[in-house]
Amino acid sequence: MSALFVLIGISILVAGAFLAAFLWSVNKGQFDDDYTPSIRMLFDDELKKNTTSTIPKKINQTK
Amino acid sequence: MYLLLNENDLCNYYDLDTTPGLKAKGKFMGERFAYLDDEATMQKLIRFQSAEQINVTFSIPQMHCSSCIYLLENLHRIEPGVKQSQVNFQLKEVFIIFNPQETTLRKVVELLAFTGYEPYISLQDSTVKKTSTFNRRQLYKIGVAGFCFSNIMMLSFPEYFSSGNIDETILKQTFNWINLALSVPVLFFSAADIFIAAWKGLRQRFLNIDAPIALAIVVTFARSYYEIIGGHGAGYLDSGTGIVFFMLVGRWFQNKTYDSFSFDRDYRSYFPLGVTVIEAGTEKNIPVTQLQKTNRIIVRNEEMVPADAVLMSGTANIDYSFVSGENTPVEKRKGALIYAGGKQMGSVIELEIIKEPSQSYITQLWNNDIFVNKKNEEKSYIHPWSRYFTLALLSIAAGTLIFWSIVDPSKILPAVTSVLIVACPCSLLLSATFTYGNMLRIFGRNKLYLKNASVIEALAKINTVVFDKTGTLTQTHAAAVNFEGSPLSAGQMAIIRSVTRQSSHPLSKIIAASLKVDTDSLLPVNSFKEYTGKGFDAQVGDMPVSMGSAGFIKADEMISQDTGTSVHVVMDNVHLGKFSVKNQYRPGIAEMVADIKENHNSLFVLSGDNDSEYTNLTKIFGANTPLRFNQSPQQKLDFIKGLQQQGSQVLMLGDGLNDAGALMQSQVGIAVSENDAQFSPASDAILDGTKVSVLHNFISYAKAGKKIVTASFILSILYNIVGLSFAVQGILSPMIAAILMPASSISIVLFVSLYSSLVARSKGL
Repeated sequence: MSALFVLIGISILVAGAFLAAFLWSVNKGQFDDDYTPSIRMLFDDELKKNTTSTIPKKINQTK
Repeated sequence: MYLLLNENDLCNYYDLDTTPGLKAKGKFMGERFAYLDDEATMQKLIRFQSAEQINVTFSIPQMHCSSCIYLLENLHRIEPGVKQSQVNFQLKEVFIIFNPQETTLRKVVELLAFTGYEPYISLQDSTVKKTSTFNRRQLYKIGVAGFCFSNIMMLSFPEYFSSGNIDETILKQTFNWINLALSVPVLFFSAADIFIAAWKGLRQRFLNIDAPIALAIVVTFARSYYEIIGGHGAGYLDSGTGIVFFMLVGRWFQNKTYDSFSFDRDYRSYFPLGVTVIEAGTEKNIPVTQLQKTNRIIVRNEEMVPADAVLMSGTANIDYSFVSGENTPVEKRKGALIYAGGKQMGSVIELEIIKEPSQSYITQLWNNDIFVNKKNEEKSYIHPWSRYFTLALLSIAAGTLIFWSIVDPSKILPAVTSVLIVACPCSLLLSATFTYGNMLRIFGRNKLYLKNASVIEALAKINTVVFDKTGTLTQTHAAAVNFEGSPLSAGQMAIIRSVTRQSSHPLSKIIAASLKVDTDSLLPVNSFKEYTGKGFDAQVGDMPVSMGSAGFIKADEMISQDTGTSVHVVMDNVHLGKFSVKNQYRPGIAEMVADIKENHNSLFVLSGDNDSEYTNLTKIFGANTPLRFNQSPQQKLDFIKGLQQQGSQVLMLGDGLNDAGALMQSQVGIAVSENDAQFSPASDAILDGTKVSVLHNFISYAKAGKKIVTASFILSILYNIVGLSFAVQGILSPMIAAILMPASSISIVLFVSLYSSLVARSKGL
């Protein structure tokens, strides 16, 4: 039965880790806006295309 | 998707084309944002400042689609000085980091205005918004309570299944002590708000719903700690933490409001922040708060007059729609008095201030007591219930105490505490919070945005409905245009459309929009000269065309016949006739009015406009509805006050600044808004203009909401009776409490959510 003590300890630690993750995400503002990020990810592809096309130019200029 | 792509193409176009175009446009904007160069003004807007970066948050009400997010988050590609921009769509805000060495606050704002997203800058609003930190604290509390509750529940399972007889006492003791440790943060952190609210209520000698809850939590935790520390049993910590958790979830659900709307605007939000003052021949920008009597100011096209003033030079064409509800601009000559709140349409005018902004005609309304003493929002339908509940509960507890002190004194403590634990009013509270929370969402889906849940209770009590006319019953941007005279040929219509397109006057816009002409048939206009407030002369091909008021086209014999607003047309020196422009009522108004009347509500119409619409309104409202015209903002407020003194519960619908006092005075003030971007005056709710015609459904749904809450109260009282029947006998085991508590909470939440959604569907919402 003494194994139970260890298991209970581990289970509370694991649950505590999830609680910590939740508190961290709230603190980082991940729950402040639940709409914009869903739209923002749709633009990513195009953004990359544009930035890769502009960044090399800038590097060339500075060199 | 095509639309999105299309608009994205447009955005890419901006990327390529803005920088050269910006300078030209910047000149056009002139000194409009010059006040942003003022150091004191800047400091009020800036959140964080260092040598390399400045952080600032702007509210952008025009934001409406995903392309807006795209454009606003790519500002750094248009203006390299902007380092980062991030949109919060729900708050309609954009957070911008820029480098002050490369650009200025004014340039950033001008860039936003140029791209069509002019930020709404108000020093008043920017200092108040702190909702997000409040939301975060609520989430922390819910997270902690949920974590502790679920772990305590898990560790209590052995206790339930063995009915309290676990063989290994060490294991049992350990579990109990872990539970105790887990419950401490719930008691002192998560439940803190409940204790604070209860204590505040008691100090004001007011028994609010938090008081019995706080009592139940204290008793539950105290008895559990006593049992665990004394080694007598497992206590009721699972139920206790569960109560706190469900309660916090319920409150969070109900308090989720519409952050992008502001319900507390006063006149300062409408007025410009900066004005151009002429001092000793030079123009200077000062904040509007520093404006004093005898200052000379300049007001440009589309700008608002910030204080009562006298016209010194230029031709004023003032649009008072905001203040009085009249929808056609008024022409003013030199020396005329111009009231604050009017918007100049046309050329630049010079004014001399005669009253400071806070003392002006329109702003005096805000000196009224009603704006100083805000409505008591604490009064709620559930409060009388909670009082009866608390009294009944305490008398049952007292009865139990007396009974057991006679029969078996050893059972006094377990029985009495059980009564207080099991009869927790949390299901009572949950029924109201979840019903109203769900109703708020359903109202919101139908474009009626309520300030908070207590507005639903107030709306359910309404027996008198007062309407404003312009912008509420009528559409702001649509008007019925009729041509009186010989019928126009297609060619003539094309000519009229071509010339009216050149003018920015609202009447020209209305006429141009009303003519159904193929865009291909539009003709080039050779010359165009507009006379502000009168009309214009134009030439299409060789043909001279003049349009304007009767006085302007010298149709003197017509002047006396003009009743409403009319625009005469002279083509090739022949008077063809006139366009008469009338208010257009929103579709479905008549049915809505009939329905509200049927349900024994009294109706009134208050209009700031003249009585030219009397006959049309009588057709809609019937002969016995009082219609009042030429009402000043103060008269509107006093009229509502008069109704209330006769014991009426008043619902007021209005749209302009002129209705602000009446909206504030009435039990429920609903501001009608043509689109989300428009600023509405302080009110309890904001209603989309297209939904005015289903107002009767909103009212009857609010009334139904009261019935739903009552039904769920009865359900929760049944649960309480079951629990109490165990408790008074002193045989309430932790297991019964642990089953009864979540079962009652969850079933009540399900019951009210389903019921309120079903009722909404039956009412077509």
